[in-house]
Amino acid sequence: MRDITEQQLKRLIEAAIFVSEKPLSQENIKQTLLADYKVTKIRIITAIESLQCDYQNRGIQLIKVASGYRFQAVSELSEDLAALFKERAPRYSRALLETLSLIAYKQPITRGEIEQIRGVAVSSSIMKTLSERDWIKIVGHKEVPGKPAIYITTNEFLDYFSLSVLSDLPQLRPLTSNEKLTT
Amino acid sequence: MNEEMLNKDQPKEMVQQVLPLAMIRGEALIEQPKDLFIPPYALAIILEQFEGPLDLLLYLIRKQKFDIIDLPIAPITEQYMVYVELMKNVKLELAAEYLVMAAILAEIKSRLLLPKQVLEESEQDPRAELIRRLQEYEVIKYAAIELDKIPRIERDSHLTEVALANNFIPRTAITDIDITDLMRAFNEVMKRTAAFEHHHIQREVLSTRERMAMVLTKLTEASKYQPFIEFSRLFNANEGKSGVVVTFLAILELIKASLIECIQANVYGQLHVKLKEACQ
Repeated sequence: MRDITEQQLKRLIEAAIFVSEKPLSQENIKQTLLADYKVTKIRIITAIESLQCDYQNRGIQLIKVASGYRFQAVSELSEDLAALFKERAPRYSRALLETLSLIAYKQPITRGEIEQIRGVAVSSSIMKTLSERDWIKIVGHKEVPGKPAIYITTNEFLDYFSLSVLSDLPQLRPLTSNEKLTT
Repeated sequence: MNEEMLNKDQPKEMVQQVLPLAMIRGEALIEQPKDLFIPPYALAIILEQFEGPLDLLLYLIRKQKFDIIDLPIAPITEQYMVYVELMKNVKLELAAEYLVMAAILAEIKSRLLLPKQVLEESEQDPRAELIRRLQEYEVIKYAAIELDKIPRIERDSHLTEVALANNFIPRTAITDIDITDLMRAFNEVMKRTAAFEHHHIQREVLSTRERMAMVLTKLTEASKYQPFIEFSRLFNANEGKSGVVVTFLAILELIKASLIECIQANVYGQLHVKLKEACQ
């Protein structure tokens, strides 16, 4: 087990988060990147926090999402940065967003339950798109006739929306009372 | 889209459906229909704006400012039926979903029309279930709108891409497997293969008798230089398994016949074979 100074540790973690294709979690950093080094969990967290401070007021920031830490451009620059990217980001239909919201907020949920709330059939292509993007996954099958698949959202879904836990999702608005539904 | 025109024509209090509903014959049909009547030529396009019967019903309720408790079910149902009729030609599957809603509305209406009996007080308002569903759907409808606003990768968030230095060499994982593991695995495979093998009964190609003679010859020749010969030297690995087996059988036969003998000088030491005195 090798020793590492605070300064070296910070540099190494910074580089690792930058070059990694996926967000790096504290556990992941400890077990892979720092496997040969004598470091404690607290030292890693301190180094990351110190890095986050260093990046304040810069064009990029170090943020924590569901699967770990990643660097991204600060949101104030997004509009200007869009000029760099000719390809337009995919737009998602209301049907897809409603289906995804239902899975996110009401998980674990079956397709039938989604259809029940939306009042329309859920198209297979929507479920396919959501699965292909790794935003949802099947965790099991409900013990009812037909054994429908039970869906939940994934860490990749949270990463995509820069969230670290499900409770970071916007609060559902309360049910409109009967009077409010009329105004 | 025609945002400017839209803002001019759109009543302020309308928060939902901000985009022009449809383009009809080159003209933007910007406003939501003023009443329940939607021109038939625009219907198909307008219906695409709705995510199903609940969504359409919510819209109708908001548009008409109906009190959901005093839902004027008859006109809504009537309008619904017009839609359904038109939809039959376009999308039968979709029409079915709307038809169910029309049926629910008709059912509610008919139950409301029935004279109320005091006995049935405990009975739920027939509209309750529909209201619950509408409310539940509305929550999700807004949740989806909110979800769409969250900054997301590709559209709003830009991730960093950093290259590795030129001298970067990927570290290959050191495997913990050594040759014995490999051997064990291979043996397992061989065992499994053996289980599927058929038995072939064949005439012996190699004669044990012939091999006995060969072993004796070898020993006799060798005995000119030394009395013993190493057990392993009697075998010719090139002959394969059956050759080895036949040689071994031959040795056993020869020992049984007291023509040769096997000697082991020390524990775990090499086996040596020599001709019995009488044969020499």
